[in-house]
Amino acid sequence: MNIQPTHSSRRILLPVRQWFILFSLAAAFFFNLIPLGNTIGVPDWVALVLAFWSVREPLRLGMGTAFVVGLMMDVASGSVMGQHPLAYLLLSYAAGGLSRRILWFPLVQQALHILPLLLATQIVMVITRLIGGADFPGWGYFLGSFSGALLWFPLTFVLLLPQYQPVEKDENRPI
Amino acid sequence: MSVVGHQPPPFFKRGPAPLARLAFFVILSLALLVLDLKYRYLELARQGVAAVLYPLQRAAYTPVDLYEQLGGYFSSLSTVQQENDLLKRKELESAKWLLRQQHLELENQRLRQLLDMKAKQPVSSTLADILHAARDPFSRRVIVDKGNQHGIVAGQAVVDEAGVLGQVTRVYPLQSEVTLVTDKNQAVPVQIVRNGLRTVLFGASDGQLELRFLAANADVRPGDQLVTSGLDGVYLPGLPVAKVLRVDRDAAYTFARIVCEPAAGVEKHGQVLILGLREALQQQVEETGTRDKPLKAKRGRKRDG
Repeated sequence: MNIQPTHSSRRILLPVRQWFILFSLAAAFFFNLIPLGNTIGVPDWVALVLAFWSVREPLRLGMGTAFVVGLMMDVASGSVMGQHPLAYLLLSYAAGGLSRRILWFPLVQQALHILPLLLATQIVMVITRLIGGADFPGWGYFLGSFSGALLWFPLTFVLLLPQYQPVEKDENRPI
Repeated sequence: MSVVGHQPPPFFKRGPAPLARLAFFVILSLALLVLDLKYRYLELARQGVAAVLYPLQRAAYTPVDLYEQLGGYFSSLSTVQQENDLLKRKELESAKWLLRQQHLELENQRLRQLLDMKAKQPVSSTLADILHAARDPFSRRVIVDKGNQHGIVAGQAVVDEAGVLGQVTRVYPLQSEVTLVTDKNQAVPVQIVRNGLRTVLFGASDGQLELRFLAANADVRPGDQLVTSGLDGVYLPGLPVAKVLRVDRDAAYTFARIVCEPAAGVEKHGQVLILGLREALQQQVEETGTRDKPLKAKRGRKRDG
């Protein structure tokens, strides 16, 4: 039985590098900045990457990072200050809390765990804005979470790429 | 339950507990929310961060730019020719008005002088391009490519060739944010052309507009043209805003439900005109009224102290 709580590639991964976490967050932020207007079903890349690292490395990604990235999202999207930080904080906390559980599952079930987290993030944002007197954006808004959950599989592959070891047979090495 | 939730042994110090940290940051973001929503104290901080993010934003615009260029490359010559024909015809149609406009303006000025009325102020304007719709799905805003550096200030009216588009609500150094008339929180004082009835037009949820708080028996008919009344001191009077689509009069409600359609190409991309600010209307009565209030409040506080 595979004891190692990574995904099914059964490889032992190299330790993650801090700069790569920050780099991937910056890249996600850049993707979020691409102006697609009101196209529905576009995932919130920052939330997705934040959830990914919170699940994978809950001790390396603090809530401070989630807060700062959220503030930057607020300014970039012209929304109310504090809307994204609040949602990202709760996402980061919940994903970190569930990380040991989520990592036991294969990727499809992991995505099923991520979906309610992303939905909850969006619901938090909707509630904050509705209290602030904004308009309900329509149910299509929540499609972004579903596409985000679908992207969990390719995302896991891409973000773990730098941590894969070269496949080389060495008879003298125990693992 | 989790690595994060575990109490670490004292020799692995990791700062305050996760729940405490969460509570701290949540309170911080709630405070930010209240400060921004209620008091709008954070505009300066927003400006600073926006200035830093601007190059990144421009860079993020390149994929969309490339896509549009590619689309333009493959769009056939015939579309361009059709558009050209249409524009020529439009120009001819409007020529009769334009040719007479200068003459009429001069005449108007002279007549106004004769009648000893205040001359209409000439209004400057800036041409701007709509870059993209703002990402925030909760409001209806667009970003245009003129900002602080081009002399744009918050509050200016924005029009396109067909009518009022909205109002500049936030200005960054090189861009500004225009709230469209279809936004739920955007109100435009309007007048019905047919009978001169003055009212206020609000945005509705689905890209349409709504005349609220008009009595069920108000004289509004489908097809009525709405123009700005100019009472707010923001929009010039007489700019077309919307057309009444349908009027639902239900005896169960006090107010009629009047749905309108924007005249301008709201939510479409293109070029817009940012009109200069109007001079503030003279409101001496109100000014004296507002001057009195704080004084009274101060006196009250002194008495309390």
